[in-house]
Amino acid sequence: MAQQTPTSNSVKALRARGDQVWARMPKCNAEFFRLTYGALVVQLVEDCDDIKEVNDKLLSMGVSIGTRIIDEFLAKSNQREPCKSFEETCEVVGRVAFKMFLGVEADVRNWNEDKSRCSLVFPENPLNENVELPPGKNFLYSNIICGAIRGALEQILYKVDVYCIKDTLRGDDTNEIGITFVSRLQAEMDDQYKES
Amino acid sequence: MGPPRDKQVALSTFSYVFSELVQYNMTKIRSSAELEANLEKLGKDLGKRVLDALFHRDRLTKRELTEVGILQFISTTAWKALWGKAADSLERSTDREDEYMIVDSAPLVNQFVSVPANLGALDCAALMAGVVAGILDGAYFAAKCTAHPREEGGTVFLIRIGHDEAEEQKEPELVEMRPVLPLADRALA
Repeated sequence: MAQQTPTSNSVKALRARGDQVWARMPKCNAEFFRLTYGALVVQLVEDCDDIKEVNDKLLSMGVSIGTRIIDEFLAKSNQREPCKSFEETCEVVGRVAFKMFLGVEADVRNWNEDKSRCSLVFPENPLNENVELPPGKNFLYSNIICGAIRGALEQILYKVDVYCIKDTLRGDDTNEIGITFVSRLQAEMDDQYKES
Repeated sequence: MGPPRDKQVALSTFSYVFSELVQYNMTKIRSSAELEANLEKLGKDLGKRVLDALFHRDRLTKRELTEVGILQFISTTAWKALWGKAADSLERSTDREDEYMIVDSAPLVNQFVSVPANLGALDCAALMAGVVAGILDGAYFAAKCTAHPREEGGTVFLIRIGHDEAEEQKEPELVEMRPVLPLADRALA
């Protein structure tokens, strides 16, 4: 119990920061956002041969969003110093970044023993409302969020694996995204920038 | 469609997704006119859905019968619900009876868009034009709506009510996309 107090304190602080940053973000109607995303997905489904290809495409779009979203996050989120651990990073992703961009907070749970794997749980997913998926297909509708997390963390030199675990669209009780730590990346210069 | 209308996400989140949508469509086109046509088509599907939701929520039980009525509904109620503010103006064209213009001085979707020089007259608000056409379509008005950038900034949505058969049969105009070269290179090429 003694150990839990600082964690829950910082959760509170992060949550407050998330709310604060969210209040300052310019906003847009969630319905229009959702419909536009739906139109994108429909177009992908029409263009691709199978669902796996759509899932991959969504993931890669997410990664490309993630590599840019991290800049906005660092600029606007009052993140004064780098996170000290993977655990803290995930908390910040769930409590601050999720709130800041999607307007919902994700709870960070299910840590494994060596703190290298956790899941983000968010009962309300702004992408999901009014959506129905065809039954019996392994359609990962929110894969773009997984991609965005992966892309963003890659920019701060975390190689992670991000995957959908639960999705309300597939009949689960909540939405859950898993993050597994793979390795730390090294910042390397491309050959063309090296002094010869 | 039940959820309360005041739910929001960050505008930048929308813009990221919109930019992916545009980039994806860029891989499939030959000209900027075609890109606009694609965006309009996507918007049209969207507009049809929006109309029902808006009428349902505002408890409107009668459908609009006049062009002006539905256009007013679009430029105020629908605009506000979807894009956060009413359009700046709704005008009727002086040249043609069946032509209307909705002006938006800062369309939401264009907030973070900068059009490259080689795509000249492209206006990504074509998505919004599609939505307008979709709403009109759903309300039993055959109409075409196109987005045109204004010189002083912002976008004019040109709406033409009624079928235009000559237009429909015409292939979309092909505008060659060419990278903008500096003058010296152009002389060499």
